[in-house]
Amino acid sequence: MHEAPSLGISFDRVEKRFGPFVALRGVSLEILPGEFVALLGPNGAGKTTLLRIAALLMTPTSGTVSFTSASERARHAVPQPVPDGDLPKHLIGMVAHSTLLYDELTAAENLTLFAQLYGLDDIRVRVANALQACGLASRAASLVRTFSRGMRQRLAIARALLHGPRLLLLDEPAAGLDRQGLAWLGETLARLRSGGATVVMSTHARNESLDLATRAVSLSGGRVEHDSGPGGDPRPLLAALRAEA
Amino acid sequence: MRLKGRLTITALVAFLLFFAGYAALFIAPDERTMHEIQRVFYVHLPLWAAMYSALVVAFISNIGWLATRKPMWDWLAVSAVEVGVVCCTGGLITGVLWGRPAWGIWWTWDARLTTAFILWLLYVSYLLLRGLIEDPQRRATLSAVFGIFAFLDAPLVYAANRLWRTQHPAPVIFGDANSGLDPTMGKVLVACIAAMLAVMVLVLVDRYRLERLRYEVDELRLAADARAADLNSATARSPR
Amino acid sequence: MTAARAAAILLAKELRLEFRTRELLNATIVFALVVIVLFSFSFDPTAAESRRYGPGLLWIAFLFAGSLMLHPSFAREQSNQTLDALRMAPVSPFAILLGKMLANFVFLSLAEVVLVPVFAVLYNVSIAGVIGRLIVVLMLGTLGVVITGTVFSAVSAHARMRELLLPLLLLPILAPLLIAAVEATASLFAEQPSLDRTWLAFLAGFDIVFLTASWLLCDFLLEE
Repeated sequence: MHEAPSLGISFDRVEKRFGPFVALRGVSLEILPGEFVALLGPNGAGKTTLLRIAALLMTPTSGTVSFTSASERARHAVPQPVPDGDLPKHLIGMVAHSTLLYDELTAAENLTLFAQLYGLDDIRVRVANALQACGLASRAASLVRTFSRGMRQRLAIARALLHGPRLLLLDEPAAGLDRQGLAWLGETLARLRSGGATVVMSTHARNESLDLATRAVSLSGGRVEHDSGPGGDPRPLLAALRAEA
Repeated sequence: MRLKGRLTITALVAFLLFFAGYAALFIAPDERTMHEIQRVFYVHLPLWAAMYSALVVAFISNIGWLATRKPMWDWLAVSAVEVGVVCCTGGLITGVLWGRPAWGIWWTWDARLTTAFILWLLYVSYLLLRGLIEDPQRRATLSAVFGIFAFLDAPLVYAANRLWRTQHPAPVIFGDANSGLDPTMGKVLVACIAAMLAVMVLVLVDRYRLERLRYEVDELRLAADARAADLNSATARSPR
Repeated sequence: MTAARAAAILLAKELRLEFRTRELLNATIVFALVVIVLFSFSFDPTAAESRRYGPGLLWIAFLFAGSLMLHPSFAREQSNQTLDALRMAPVSPFAILLGKMLANFVFLSLAEVVLVPVFAVLYNVSIAGVIGRLIVVLMLGTLGVVITGTVFSAVSAHARMRELLLPLLLLPILAPLLIAAVEATASLFAEQPSLDRTWLAFLAGFDIVFLTASWLLCDFLLEE
């Protein structure tokens, strides 16, 4: 499918403080290219902070974050580190707590803007396809301000996927989605997975897309509490989650 | 012992201050036209010298923080600006106290005074800005950026005022500091500047220490919280 | 993607957003008008006096209006965290800043296009003969205002009392610009209009100094 290499991310003793509040304490985690990681933990555990650091929105107070890439063909080869100067922003997509959309622009205008910023070609076609895929084609010319919560979330996900990211970071993406939206999310994630993209998805409640997970990492108090590991079985941890929700 | 060292230095500075004050009041010759009032000059000018020194230290600290992210630069920056603002306030007040009896006016918009006043506004704004940002990292970074802009603005203010003065000339008041200065006056002035700078450095160092202590208290509190969090998760894990 | 291209894309976005609602532009123009009219109640503008005080009035009105209008520059990006989306995109922080500076320049210039004729009418000042040179002065002055104002909008976006903080930070910094712009404008409104090149060079110098400083420090403005 894609020739763009899969992207892995590794955190080495990452700490993040906001004044007196410590969000992450010495988190060391290596996510290999192509994994689907379910990031679990209660509110305040540090999931959002970890994702924002991965998205290059925040720099850690101490510790390092580095990216590794493995080409599609040599999937089992040792991942190569991405040099510092080539921060792979164009390969990273994020769905955050906020929609990251301009309320006073239309759905099409929002997607067009980001398509332009990411330097994509065939913008009109891409935007049309993206709107079609997330079921918002009929509302392409409506202002996002008029959208329901579920529609905004769908558009936010479409925005994150527009530039074909190889590392997808999702912060509670199921929030606000209706049944149709959830189904579309599940299909999209499955497609990304089989295409070799790396997915890190945080959630604190049960969610069908979790079936796709190859690994589960749970955070608590800013630390990694449990990790099923790259080759391991995430289901026991995920099962614990379902029991709580 | 450190305390002994600090006491000694404080005593030395106090002596220097006393000597300078005595010199200003009794050794310096009487000025021809203004007589006693002119002696305010021996406080007024040193205050400006201290202020500009402090602001240069602040500028360097701002760059230091942005370049290295070492907290000591942030401590130094806020200390230097606070000291600078105090010196500036003193300079402006002594200027007014001198101007009124000597030349009959409270204030004049000449280049130096205007620059000083704008600097006062800018650096008070710096302190206000710091007070309004919660996160320490962000506070240090954003105030450093503003501090750099403020410092770059100062020569522009001075230049603008000088250019304006050449087009709208007015009698130069406060005189040029070095125009026809009696040698004894010059020596007294140097002593006073030295004394003022010494006091300024002493206050600066103390303020820096205070900032460092605050930081260390925060660090200790963090460490304590971390220990508590560890204990909590340890006890929480066992029942499972 | 070059910074210029990215800034152009972002400029288009800012313009589209603003022209859809026009709330900012309307408020800015009305506020500046209010300032100009209020000043006219403070003194009786005979022709001679308005030549003396007019330029000062005009620029103070622009400065006040500008500092109010600049605040939402970055504050607007906070409702849906759209600034995060911009920062994640492969565009340089300077491009983001530049896009906003250009947009603010357009908005403030539009306000001036409305206000200068109104001012000329209310204060009986003839600007017909000097319109070209006046535009040059206005542009250089406005550039200085938006360059520093946009930077301080980013600085104050993370502070409490943002709306008050921005004018507090901005107006003292703009003191030299105010002097230069007023003097240059005054020489244009004089009996024998002339364009004072010294002040023009000063304005250009001000703009260059702070644009360079913004470029050097832009990373620090947007980081977390």
